[in-house]
Amino acid sequence: MKKIMLGNLAIARGAYEAGVTVSTAYPGTPSTEITEAIADYKDIYVEWSPNEKVALEVAIGSSIAGARSICCMKHVGVNVAADPLFTIAYTGVNAGLVLVVADDPGMHSSQNEQDSRYYAMANSIPMLEPADSQEAKDMTKLAFEISEKYDTPVMLRTTTRVSHSQTYVEECDRVDVAIKPYKKDITKYAMMPAMAKKRHLVVEDRIKQIAIDSNKLEINRTIIKSTKLGIICSGVSSQYVEEAMPDASILKLGMVFPIPLDLIFEFASKVDELIIAEELEPIFEREIKAAGIKCKGKEIFSIQGELSVAIIKNKLLGVPIPVADNTLPVRPPVLCAGCPHRGVFYILNKLKLMVTADIGCYTLGAIAPLNAVDTVICMGASIGMAHGVDKALGCEASSRTVAVIGDSTFVHSGITGVINAVYNKGSSTIIILDNSTTGMTGQQHNPSTGKTIRDQVTHQLDIEAMCIACGVKSVSVIDAYDMKLIESTLKCELAKDEVSVIIARRPCILLTKDARVPYAIDQDKCVRCKACMKVGCPSISKALNGKIVLNPAQCNGCGVCVQMCKFDSIKLVGGAK
Amino acid sequence: MTNILIVGVGGQGTLLASRVLGNYAINRGLDCKLSEVHGMSQRGGSVVTHVRIGEKIYSPIINEGDADIIIGFEKLEALRWRHYLKKDGIIVVNDQEIMPMPVIVGAMAYPVGVFDQIRSEGMNLLVINATDIAKNCGNIKVANTVMIGALAKNIGFKREDIIEAVTNTVPCKLLQVNLLAIDKGYSAK
Repeated sequence: MKKIMLGNLAIARGAYEAGVTVSTAYPGTPSTEITEAIADYKDIYVEWSPNEKVALEVAIGSSIAGARSICCMKHVGVNVAADPLFTIAYTGVNAGLVLVVADDPGMHSSQNEQDSRYYAMANSIPMLEPADSQEAKDMTKLAFEISEKYDTPVMLRTTTRVSHSQTYVEECDRVDVAIKPYKKDITKYAMMPAMAKKRHLVVEDRIKQIAIDSNKLEINRTIIKSTKLGIICSGVSSQYVEEAMPDASILKLGMVFPIPLDLIFEFASKVDELIIAEELEPIFEREIKAAGIKCKGKEIFSIQGELSVAIIKNKLLGVPIPVADNTLPVRPPVLCAGCPHRGVFYILNKLKLMVTADIGCYTLGAIAPLNAVDTVICMGASIGMAHGVDKALGCEASSRTVAVIGDSTFVHSGITGVINAVYNKGSSTIIILDNSTTGMTGQQHNPSTGKTIRDQVTHQLDIEAMCIACGVKSVSVIDAYDMKLIESTLKCELAKDEVSVIIARRPCILLTKDARVPYAIDQDKCVRCKACMKVGCPSISKALNGKIVLNPAQCNGCGVCVQMCKFDSIKLVGGAK
Repeated sequence: MTNILIVGVGGQGTLLASRVLGNYAINRGLDCKLSEVHGMSQRGGSVVTHVRIGEKIYSPIINEGDADIIIGFEKLEALRWRHYLKKDGIIVVNDQEIMPMPVIVGAMAYPVGVFDQIRSEGMNLLVINATDIAKNCGNIKVANTVMIGALAKNIGFKREDIIEAVTNTVPCKLLQVNLLAIDKGYSAK
């Protein structure tokens, strides 16, 4: 049956149809919905792992045990999973193993726009890239066939525009794949130097064979039209090219590593001019040029950002692009009304502290008026970096520095930072913003929420006990809405010459907002001092008549603004929202 | 080929519109691609959904200057995305202002005369008070459905076809209020 389906849901469907029985992931935009959708297929074991490295290791284990396994993550997640990835390339698989990686050209929701094709090259493992949801499903299934045929892990790369677009998909039945028997073979699965030296040769032979065979793969598709211009492209860029340049000949690469050089030579020989239209890095371009084929790529298209039909028409045909009105106020994402992070960030800014922050909703504390964040690098970096500041500048600077990290990010890769700070006699102050969920990616469970991806009750990781076990002597748990307590606790902990952890706890407002009672401003009492606006809540604004107004439809009743008001002018509105 | 751009503020419920339009396309046997925003922008940022319906669609993204219709759930967002509108296209805007953070902190002013500005550039503009219409329907949350009704009328979809698509999309218990909202939106002038 034909359905209209998000690219990520199509990958989940492909995994289901391919007979996958184990699926692992850590959430990350734009990959998250794949695993959420797999959770709806009861034939598949599915889990949120604490981070991408563990997720991939679980999938490697299940693949070697004999089950078709899929592991999904965003592009930067592969950095975390890179350690097992580089060696699973050597061991190969038993049952099929597919690593799905969702890249984010243009950085809609990411801290960088690294190109995951480099990982396929660096590991000498094949990578497929779909252009729409149907291909996403088909290529997921093909990836398992390739994985088992060549005894290799296979990467499936998407980009935001494939992951988050809906296009038609024809559904098929699931093929039940029997568990492959596991046979002990330390020359294949135990990578010590003697074994690994031999396996490395296997890897090189394998990728050469795949490169040869890729010339005959149906997913590498040539459409010869005009002989004047030929364009090589892949993924969503091929959709842009087909629409923008209907007369051009096209070689659309479904396998983006290794690339089919014979096919490319043949294609190049049929056209007068060859252009490579690829988003991000000039990966095809370099390989094609290295093969001695003349072509143009990045002298036309930017390395930064996405391509589009308009950009291709503009660069190749000179068609102008209507420009956006840049005089308008921008609308950056903000902490939600009622977000439990808001009060903490207000205090951090008020005390003029250096804040090493982390990946999650709390990056939004960086912008005005909160202006609380100094650094955002990667998952878990906040804690290591605060320790670095401590060691570089000593105790005095450390008493003005705070690491801020969320509960899910703490479990992902913050714990080792705490162990390090204690072990190396540091004096960092660490705030764990525990909102009982993985917030930015859309409220997924994690080990500290006590529920699995399928909402089953499980052991709830005790963050306080974890910090104490790491050797932190001063662990305090406070209400994230209590600004006085936040300030006094912070001052107290910053003064200590030892590592301390403050857990500021309140559930994410998106989990609880239905139960909230909104506030309103009593205009008779309000003196328009705007103190309440300093916390940057989207529900409070200045009206055209100069009044400060609180929109009850947006307010989630956290009461942080109430604590800012010296005139007692913010009151609860009677009745529930 | 019909290009529909739906713009608003993260959290306003613009994703329902794309689901309804997807079902409309399926029912008509037409090709369709929808591109949505997930992740960071959903936290109160500027969000855009691209909907393309036709015989054969390649790109899931609409080009600047190529939208047949823009549905603005919020005034400033309609203004921000107006360069996507085709010559002779129509822009349908919900008469609602949501202050962005640079305005809240006083760094910038919310633009005045948004509708005059759009009209002065020669664009066809239809202003709808979807929030009030939704209230009259009995549920403020169906403001987005009111907008879908207005969209359907102004892009030339038949009333019964969009009703069918909404019926395919909305859960049973909310169907009646949504059908009322579609009807009001379809009739709005």
